[in-house]
Amino acid sequence: MLLKNARQRWIGFGVTIVILIVLMSISIVYGYTNTTWQISFNAFTNFDGSTEHIVIRTVRLPRALIAAAVGASLAIAGVLMQALTKNPLSSPDILGVNAGAALTVVIAITIFGVSNLQLFTWVSFIGAAIAAISVYMIGSVGRDGLTPMKLTLAGAAMTAMIASLTQGLLVSNEALLDQVLFWLAGSVAGRSLDNLVAVLPYLVLGWVLAQLVSGKMNVFSMGEDVAKGLGLNTAILKITIGIIIVLLAGGSVAVAGPIGFIGIVIPHVTRFIVGIDHRWLIPYAALNGAILLIAADIASRYILMPQEVPVGVMTAIIGTPFFIYIARKGFNKG
Amino acid sequence: MKHYKSLRLFKERFSVLVDNKAMMKTLTLFLLTIAVFVISTGLGEMTIHPLNVLKVFFGGGTDLEQLVVQSFRLPRIIIALLVGMGLAVSGAILQGMIRNPLASPDILGITGGATVAVVGFLAVFSDKNQALTVSISWLPLAAFIGATIVALLVYLLAWNNGVSPIRFVLIGIGIMSLMKALTTMMLILGPIYKASQANLWITGSVSSSTWKNVAVLGPWTILFLVIAFVYARNINIQELGDDVATGLGGSVQRQRFTLLMISTALIGSSVAFAGGIGFVGLMAPHIARRLVGSNFGSLLPASALVGAILVMIADLIGRTLFSPLEIPAGVFTATIGAPYFIYLLYKTRNTSK
Repeated sequence: MLLKNARQRWIGFGVTIVILIVLMSISIVYGYTNTTWQISFNAFTNFDGSTEHIVIRTVRLPRALIAAAVGASLAIAGVLMQALTKNPLSSPDILGVNAGAALTVVIAITIFGVSNLQLFTWVSFIGAAIAAISVYMIGSVGRDGLTPMKLTLAGAAMTAMIASLTQGLLVSNEALLDQVLFWLAGSVAGRSLDNLVAVLPYLVLGWVLAQLVSGKMNVFSMGEDVAKGLGLNTAILKITIGIIIVLLAGGSVAVAGPIGFIGIVIPHVTRFIVGIDHRWLIPYAALNGAILLIAADIASRYILMPQEVPVGVMTAIIGTPFFIYIARKGFNKG
Repeated sequence: MKHYKSLRLFKERFSVLVDNKAMMKTLTLFLLTIAVFVISTGLGEMTIHPLNVLKVFFGGGTDLEQLVVQSFRLPRIIIALLVGMGLAVSGAILQGMIRNPLASPDILGITGGATVAVVGFLAVFSDKNQALTVSISWLPLAAFIGATIVALLVYLLAWNNGVSPIRFVLIGIGIMSLMKALTTMMLILGPIYKASQANLWITGSVSSSTWKNVAVLGPWTILFLVIAFVYARNINIQELGDDVATGLGGSVQRQRFTLLMISTALIGSSVAFAGGIGFVGLMAPHIARRLVGSNFGSLLPASALVGAILVMIADLIGRTLFSPLEIPAGVFTATIGAPYFIYLLYKTRNTSK
C-alpha cells in the first residue's frame, strides 16, 4: 500500500477530493459547445439565459454530478462484492447485477410503458436484487460452497442469458431500440438533474450504510468462522451488504445504464493505495470511482468528436486489460 | 464385451469405441431429426402434408408446393440444421476441453468476436444511402475472422506455460464484455437503420437464408464436423485432466489448440449465417450427454443431432407461432435455454470446478 499511516491517508484523502473537484470543473467547462472558465463561472453566479449558460446548467452540470455519483456507487458496490464473495473478479457487471437491472427496466418500458422516474428506480432495484440473489445462490450450491470460479461462471452465464432476453425484447421494437441503445451501453449524457434526484436518496443511503458496516467488514474478511467466533452476526451482515449492493448497483443502472468495469478496477487500485482496511477503503474507492468515471466521460466526448462514445464503452476499453491482468495472476494463489 | 464394439481404421490412426446402446439412441435421434425436418418444411403460411413434402423432395407435388418448399422453406431449414449442428458440436468440444459444463461459445466471447466483426462490416462498408458497397457474401468471412481473432486472443492471453482451462474461461469472460461494449458502440455510431438490422442478426435468425448460403455453409460445416468426429478421441483424454492426459502420452497443449480451432471454425461459420443463436452450444451437448453418455465418440454425433433439432424447432416456432410477425430463432433458444441453464447449474453443483 502507498499510504501507510492515518496522517498520510487524511492528506491523501484531501488530495483525492481536490482532484475530483478539478475533474468535475473540467467536465463542466469543456465539451462540444465552446465555453470558458469565465462563462462557466458566470452561468452559476449571474445567469443570462444564453445558449452557453443553458448548456452548462442543464447539460454539463447534471452530467458531471451523475458521473460522480454513479462512479462512486459502482466502486463501493465492487468493494463490497469482492469482500462478500472473496473473489477478486466480483463486480456488479461481471456477476450480472447490472444486466438484471437493465433487463427489468427494458421490460418496464416495452411491456408496461413506464415513464415515471421513481418507478424506474424501483424496477431497477428489483432486477438487480433478483440477479444478485440468483447468481449468489447458483454460485454457492454444491459441496465446496462459493468458489470464485463457480461464481464468476454463474455470473457470466447469467449475464449472457439476460442479455439475450433484453436483445429479444428490442428486436421487435425499432423505435425503442433507438431510444434505449445509448442507455443500454451505459451513458451519463443526456440526463437531467431530475434523473439523479430520483435515485440520489437511495445512493446516499447506500454510501452511509457501507461506511457504517465497514468496521464489521474488516472482521468478516478474516473468514466467516473467525468472524462468528468474534461475535459477529454474519447472516445479518451479509444481508445488509446485499441490500447495499442492490441499492447502489440498481440505482446506478436506473440513471446511467449498465456501466461496466468500474466495480472491478477501482477496488483493486484502491487497495493498492490504502490497503485492506474497509474504513478507509470504502471512502477512497468512492472518490476514485467518481474520478475514473468523470475522466472516462470527458475522454468519451473527445475521442470521436463530434460524436460521443458512450462512457460504458470507454470503461470497458480501460477495464478489460485490467480484468485480464487480474484473471491471469489472481486465481492461481486462490 | 458385447456392450461395445471397437472400430479401428487407417492403421489405427482412427479408432472409436462404439457403444451399442448409444448407437441405437443416436439412430433414433437421427430419425427424429429427419421427422422434424420434414414436418417443419410442411408448416408455415401454407400447410403442406408431410407426405406431400416427401413427394416434393423426390420431384413430385404441385408446382406451388415445389415453389414454397424449394425456394422459401428448404434453404432456411437446411441452414437451421447446419447451424444447430455446428454450434452444438463446438459447444461439446469446448466443454470437454475446458472441463466445465458451463462453457459455451456465447460465454467465452467467441460469438462476441464474430458479432463485432459483422457489425463493423456493416458500418464500414455502407455508403450514405445505407447500401452496402461490397457484396453481402463477404459477411460470413468477416464473422469467421472475428471469431478466430477472438479465439486466438483469448488463447494467447491465457497462455502461461500452457493454457489452463480456468484462465481460459476467465479471460474469455473479460473479452466478451469488451466485445459487447464495442458492438454497442458501433451500433450507436452507425445509422439507426443499420442498428436494427444488426440487432436482428445479433439475436440470431435464419430468416434470410438462400441456397447460396447453403452452398457455402454446407461443405464447410460437414468438413469440420468430420474432422471433429475423427479427433474426438483426443477430447476423451483431455477430459481426464492435464496431468493424466500428459501421462497417457497426449500432447495436451497442441491438441487443445487444434480443438479450439475446430470449434472456432464451426462457430464462426454458424454465427456468420445465423447470428448469435444463443445457448444451443450449451444445451445440446448436455441433452446429448444424458442420452448417450460422455464418450465423445458417441457424444459428438448425438450433440449435432440434438442441436439441429433445437434450432429447427426454434425457427419453426419463430415463424409460425406469431405469424405474420417473425420472431428470431435466437429469442426462443434463449427462452428455452435460460431455465435449462439454471437447472444445469443446480445439477452440476458438485462437479463443476
